Amino acid sequence: MDPLSILLSRIQMGFTLGMHIIFPVLNIGLALFICIMEGMWLKTKNPEYLRIAKFWTKLFAIPFGVGVVSGIVMSYELGTNFGNFTNAIGEVLGSLFVYEVLTAFFLEAGFLGIMLFGWQRVGPRMHFFATLMVMIGTFVSAFWIMSANSWMQTPSGYTLIDGKYMVNSWLQVLFNPSFLHRFTHMVLATYITASFFIAAVSSWYLLKQRHINMSRIALSFAMWMALILVPLQFMVGDAVGLIVHQYQPLKTAAIEGVWNTQKGAPLVLFAIPDSAQEKNLFAIQIPYGASLINTHQLEGELIGLKSVPPEDRPVVGATFFGFRIMVGIGVLFLASVLIGLWLRIRGKLYTTRWFLWSCVGLGPFGMIATIAGWMTAESGRQPWAVYGLMRTAAGASPVPASHVALTLSAIIIVYVAVLLSCLYYLFKFIRRGPEMTEQEREIAGAFTYMGNP
Amino acid sequence: MEQIITLILLAVVGFAIIMYVVLDGFDLGIGILFPFANEHDRDLMMGSIIPVWDGNETWLVLGAATLYGGFPLAYSTLLPTLYLPLFLMLLALVFRGIAFEFRHYAHKSRAVWNIAFAAGSTIAAFCQGLVLGTFVQGYTDGNGIIQVSNYNPISAFSLLTGLAVVAGYALLGSTWLIRKTEGKLQEHMYQRAQYLVVIVILFSLIVTLWTPLIDPGIKAKWFSAPTLFYLIPLPIIGAIAAWTLWYSVQTKRFERAPFWLTIIIFLCSYIGFALSMWPYIIPRAVTVWQAAAPLKSQIFILVGVAIVLPVIVAYTIYSYIVFRGKVNIEHGSHY
Repeated sequence: MDPLSILLSRIQMGFTLGMHIIFPVLNIGLALFICIMEGMWLKTKNPEYLRIAKFWTKLFAIPFGVGVVSGIVMSYELGTNFGNFTNAIGEVLGSLFVYEVLTAFFLEAGFLGIMLFGWQRVGPRMHFFATLMVMIGTFVSAFWIMSANSWMQTPSGYTLIDGKYMVNSWLQVLFNPSFLHRFTHMVLATYITASFFIAAVSSWYLLKQRHINMSRIALSFAMWMALILVPLQFMVGDAVGLIVHQYQPLKTAAIEGVWNTQKGAPLVLFAIPDSAQEKNLFAIQIPYGASLINTHQLEGELIGLKSVPPEDRPVVGATFFGFRIMVGIGVLFLASVLIGLWLRIRGKLYTTRWFLWSCVGLGPFGMIATIAGWMTAESGRQPWAVYGLMRTAAGASPVPASHVALTLSAIIIVYVAVLLSCLYYLFKFIRRGPEMTEQEREIAGAFTYMGNP
Repeated sequence: MEQIITLILLAVVGFAIIMYVVLDGFDLGIGILFPFANEHDRDLMMGSIIPVWDGNETWLVLGAATLYGGFPLAYSTLLPTLYLPLFLMLLALVFRGIAFEFRHYAHKSRAVWNIAFAAGSTIAAFCQGLVLGTFVQGYTDGNGIIQVSNYNPISAFSLLTGLAVVAGYALLGSTWLIRKTEGKLQEHMYQRAQYLVVIVILFSLIVTLWTPLIDPGIKAKWFSAPTLFYLIPLPIIGAIAAWTLWYSVQTKRFERAPFWLTIIIFLCSYIGFALSMWPYIIPRAVTVWQAAAPLKSQIFILVGVAIVLPVIVAYTIYSYIVFRGKVNIEHGSHY
């Protein structure tokens, strides 16, 4: 097969996946938030909760639409560009894919109409039910997709017959060794991403002195969520690291920048891994750190990248830097939630301007961390499509390179345009803000000469 | 028994595809009709589908998923061979999909999203026709070996099926709008439907007569006993539905019937097409039986389908009931 065609297909797959992941990761968390706010309104009848739910539902519609259409591309792209891969693992991936569509995609799409446009047409309880179904749909879709992806990382429950993966046990396929850890890690990532996004929007309103009551409720909720989930995410991340080291030691080696197999490997805080010279340049490191983190023992042994020939090594740069970006953002988040807690105790959470501005700045970082983490997981899996068993290159479709070049360029243009317009309308929508209450309308009416608020 | 299970699974794939064709068909049709309406009517047209389009498009993903799960060889072989038309279709669907939300929030840039919606819908429909035409023509080298690199999605036949699908979806869209609107817009749609019926009948005739010429196997099926007797009801029912449809949009007395009659025409064409292809899932190369997944995989999928699909159909119907009746401007808005 044409190596150029394979390379282009891989770039295209990576690009479309990376762009797509931004949207579900935000939507899964936002759906839960909206669901909780609407539930709180039903319970307390406090109209601020309803305002929050309505505002965020409208906002939710923007990234949700992009997530749906970019997801449809994915469902076909696997077959168009990696036909040999889909053929070989058809029994595993195909069945999971059917279940995902049946139990997740339809649930989201089927109730989204009522969630967005049904306020006047169904009762409050039915509307809440629709929101709940959308929330569950987004959550369940993460279940299936993480199961399929984890199976590619740590395949189990199959027999290999004539190059095809035949399922022995569906339970072992679904709950493969890395699934529960990676699924939890991902779900927490979505909730943290949404928390910081909600905190950013609410902080901005507080800074602009707009919609103060609802923004306080939302910011408070988001900071509580993040305070619980960020430390939890560090613990789950640590557990994921142990699993990676157990099943994919070379991924760990790429993450930690370990070239030679060694005991008591140092934690490389920063370096530029040089694949040609097979060493790290400009390394800043803490002795024993990497062994301690990945094996929970000071003298634990880490396999080095040089233990296998270069063609069997992961993409070191992307894995190494992706991991550092993800963890770096995690540390920022941890600092932010701790400062937030301290300010809350002192009763200054809603008025400390520098903190509110820092929350605005952190708004998109959950999505960036997720992309970085996903890059770590997938680059570290290379050169395998099914870890240790099937090479990514062997899975490609026999499509002419010129065709892939054409679609790749078209996809980059279209996706960048979509992303930019999505951001534009998101900002526009946030600037305009939620519908004003009676009281706010009176105040705004008195100051109409100041222009449209 | 094994064969029955495979047939049921094939029926599920077929069901997903026809559901997609009909449901997203009228969505896409509204996009195709978009350039011929004024801004006020466009709001109404979009409003009539905005709560349901998302669910409608999900049937496309179910089609891909069940084809993949049930017939992995077909999915993995067909998709690369249809590479360019499929990608053009997907990108067109991206543009029209985001146009729903963005047009709503846009003020100055509304025209951009009108174009994205209209062009995206039309191109997506046309590409689906191209895919259909390319599929029917097949791409074997005559010895049953699939030649991926030499396939050509552009041929006189596939261009014709492309245009036929655009016309068919436009007819579905116009008859949907006859149901969902009133007054002037409805009047316009009655008129559009009159032209479109004639165009669709012409296209159906040409495609129906051309297909047997491409494939001797199909010719043998349609022009010899006893298969002819099983197949003949399809064109007859289709013709009766077409005539009734033409009558009902001429007299403008019926609001609901045109939409259902159009669906009957689609169903007849679809079943006729499926039976023509039988037993091949990749024409003249791979049969349904060869492409099917292992039996226990098929059963695993069917268990899920049997439990969940009825529920999906139920809440889809519920969603249509919630948004029943004539569309008004507020209906299409979030507020």
